[in-house]
Amino acid sequence: MTSFMLTGTTASKISSQLTQLRHQMGTPAVGMVLTLVVVSDESTQYDAVRAATEAAREHPSRILVVIPRDPREPNRLDAEIRFGESTPGEVILLRLYGELTEHADSVVGPLLLTDTPVVAWWPGDCPEVPAKDPIGLLALRRIVDARSAPDSVKAITGRSKDYLPGDTDLAWTRLTTWRSLLAAAFDQPVGKVKKGVVEAVPGHASAVLLAAWLSERLGAPVKVTESDGPGLTAVKLTTADGDITITRGDGRLATLSRPGQPDRQVALTRRPTSELLAEELRRLDPDEIYEAAIRRISRGHKS
Amino acid sequence: MSDKQSEAQPLDAHAVEPGSDGVHDGKGGALGEKTRPATVHGDESTAAASAAATVGTTEALVESNPLRDPRDKRLPRVAGPCVLVLFGVTGDLARKKLLPAIYDLANRGLLPPGFSLVGFARRDWKDQDFAQLTHDAVKEHARTPFREEVWKQLAEGIFFCPGEFTDDGAFDALAMMLKEIDQTRGTGGNYGFYLSVPPKFFPVVVEQLKRTGLANGPEGAWRRVVIEKPFGHDLRSAQELNAITSAVFPESSVFRIDHYLGKETVQNILALRFANNLFEPIWNRGYVDHVQITMAEDIGIGGRAGYYDGIGAARDVIQNHLLQLLALVAMEDPTSFGADSLRREKEKVLKAVQLPPDLSLSTARGRYGPGWQGGEPVAGYTQEDGISPDSITETYAAVKLEIANRRWAGVPFYLRTGKRLSRRVTEVAVIFQRAPHLPFSKDDTEILGQNALVIRVQPDEGITVRFGSKVPGTAMEVRDVSMDFAYGESFMESSPEAYERLLLDVLIGDPPLFPHQREVELSWKILDPIEEFWTTQGAPEEYPAGTWGPSSADEMMARDGRAWRRL
Repeated sequence: MTSFMLTGTTASKISSQLTQLRHQMGTPAVGMVLTLVVVSDESTQYDAVRAATEAAREHPSRILVVIPRDPREPNRLDAEIRFGESTPGEVILLRLYGELTEHADSVVGPLLLTDTPVVAWWPGDCPEVPAKDPIGLLALRRIVDARSAPDSVKAITGRSKDYLPGDTDLAWTRLTTWRSLLAAAFDQPVGKVKKGVVEAVPGHASAVLLAAWLSERLGAPVKVTESDGPGLTAVKLTTADGDITITRGDGRLATLSRPGQPDRQVALTRRPTSELLAEELRRLDPDEIYEAAIRRISRGHKS
Repeated sequence: MSDKQSEAQPLDAHAVEPGSDGVHDGKGGALGEKTRPATVHGDESTAAASAAATVGTTEALVESNPLRDPRDKRLPRVAGPCVLVLFGVTGDLARKKLLPAIYDLANRGLLPPGFSLVGFARRDWKDQDFAQLTHDAVKEHARTPFREEVWKQLAEGIFFCPGEFTDDGAFDALAMMLKEIDQTRGTGGNYGFYLSVPPKFFPVVVEQLKRTGLANGPEGAWRRVVIEKPFGHDLRSAQELNAITSAVFPESSVFRIDHYLGKETVQNILALRFANNLFEPIWNRGYVDHVQITMAEDIGIGGRAGYYDGIGAARDVIQNHLLQLLALVAMEDPTSFGADSLRREKEKVLKAVQLPPDLSLSTARGRYGPGWQGGEPVAGYTQEDGISPDSITETYAAVKLEIANRRWAGVPFYLRTGKRLSRRVTEVAVIFQRAPHLPFSKDDTEILGQNALVIRVQPDEGITVRFGSKVPGTAMEVRDVSMDFAYGESFMESSPEAYERLLLDVLIGDPPLFPHQREVELSWKILDPIEEFWTTQGAPEEYPAGTWGPSSADEMMARDGRAWRRL
């Protein structure tokens, strides 16, 4: 991998440096399918870039990492271009100083790939309304993560207030394997579900979402209770014939039990951020099921 | 970007909950799927028509499973509870492709809880031995990383049933075993039988499945049988083979695997043709000069002498892979991607295929002699182990076909395949006519070829478009350039192995990618006259290994004023 540092630069200088590098390397940008804008502070930047680069193996992309620095410094833009064998696309780290921290979109805009989707991701703190944020306005899809909020349950509960199509939350993505297993369990006829319980460590945003999705789909009350973890540990749904339960004590292998049938073990591993991100990038259309689930949570809290 | 958002609005019209006001909270809260259409219509009358269209499918699906929703695209298609019984577990195909594909499916979370795999072979093995074989095959050949918990899930459901195909007792034991698995693993009597064995064993295996009652499931359970090519060696034998399976299994339960159809690029032919508006207008005799479909292999027959001799390249490859590719490239647009419509269009175009009147001028065959292949000296076909010196089997075959319909009349389709050619490549090349008038001088366009669109099936899957471009400089000189789309570049790791896709389709019961018996028979009808003609022609022309086939194949093209693409 080659790395180029540009200090006190501008978007157009970065752009021409990129073109020059590409000619030297002989790799055109045509294969890239999207631009991923990562807005992150210096402390979370390393992990976020790693995950994004990993996800770019499935979705070759230009990754623009926006890192706001000290706003009291004089205005300055520093850029680091990473390019080469280990990265399927291109990674550009943009460090913004002074008033420029408020105008990241002016740097990001000219660096977006032409006529391909833009996805924004806030691995840490996110704006109140991502879709109205200057970076969010550039993006077709906006990924946030309730887990990184100080109070993640509160964060997920507030999501529906300013929801706009294209919003999504990694707390929801983490549930796909659980939801897929639950849906598979319901591929065989199951009686009417009367009530349910989702069990997880305290303050687990995904658990709240899963409960909301289940109650939305099944038309039955689903509670969230606490356990020692790790993460989500169980889902129990009560029907007239007995309980359908999925329990996962070790965060890897789950046991599915249902009335009248033997218990079965299923791999249900917790996925790294890179896989979650890759899943998000697979579909760029609004996720209506997610919307229904977050609306359900806020309704539940009002009543 | 605000454009994009407003585009997304209509979609939002069938969102579960209007949300913007509290009026519908009562209904939405009660949450019956049935109340939703009313909410949608009341709220967004403009979108009512499109909403109504989706509501139909939504209701049908939701009735069976409240947790599924067609809009929930994150949830993958997962097979229902079932057992896959594999005959011929010790074969190369099972070890290199099938067992790894099963693991990869499990790793992607596409196999149901309780999925079980039963191996059947003439080995004195216990369950653990078969599990060990599977473990080794997975470690060596699986495409996804090995994960202990996935293996644990899979290993729990691995069983082995020892026996010979003629041994009634062994099949009785198999039936008992499956019954027990239903009870202990909740597989609900759904069995798939994968016959990864030579066709000569089909009758006995199928008969045993019938005798033990395994071929017919109880109400609500399915039984499917999967067979691999070759589907016979001519029309008559294909019909006989079919009579054997169809006497026991209904056609809808027979899955014929042509693994080429599971390849992403092959399915992409349909996307390319029918999802785009760019290519369809020129996809006809008005613009296309001819089509070349090639499957070249650099390997020889290896250890397959027993199978290959007497069969030859045309039966081995043209009858199935190349004619299927031809059908996909040439067919009219299907009304939907359901199995019925897709197969109907493929059948129509296969029926329209015509052989040229003089087969001696429009076919070519050859067999590799000794030579150098990729830097190594290799033996000729007749020197291979188990091949008689007076064999007349061809290892290279090229044929010219025509399609008698409005779209393709007069456009030849050239099909070629061979072993021990210069390199391994499979592609479909659509070669376009030259521009009707060139406003440049003859010298300027001297090296300009014909425009071409090439679908690369393997390796390096992708699409290439070749067209003329000005050479930089002060003179007006036009030369061919290529524009390239590489699958691996835009969608890197996502494409599953062909067998993964096909196995999942078998377990789900989704047949569009499997050829119907009628297609198999139509393909033999095309090939049989050629084979009959060839048997009267003695030994095929020899070509040195590592070259691009016999000179007669080049002469065949030259007679039409064309040439094979240099690959």
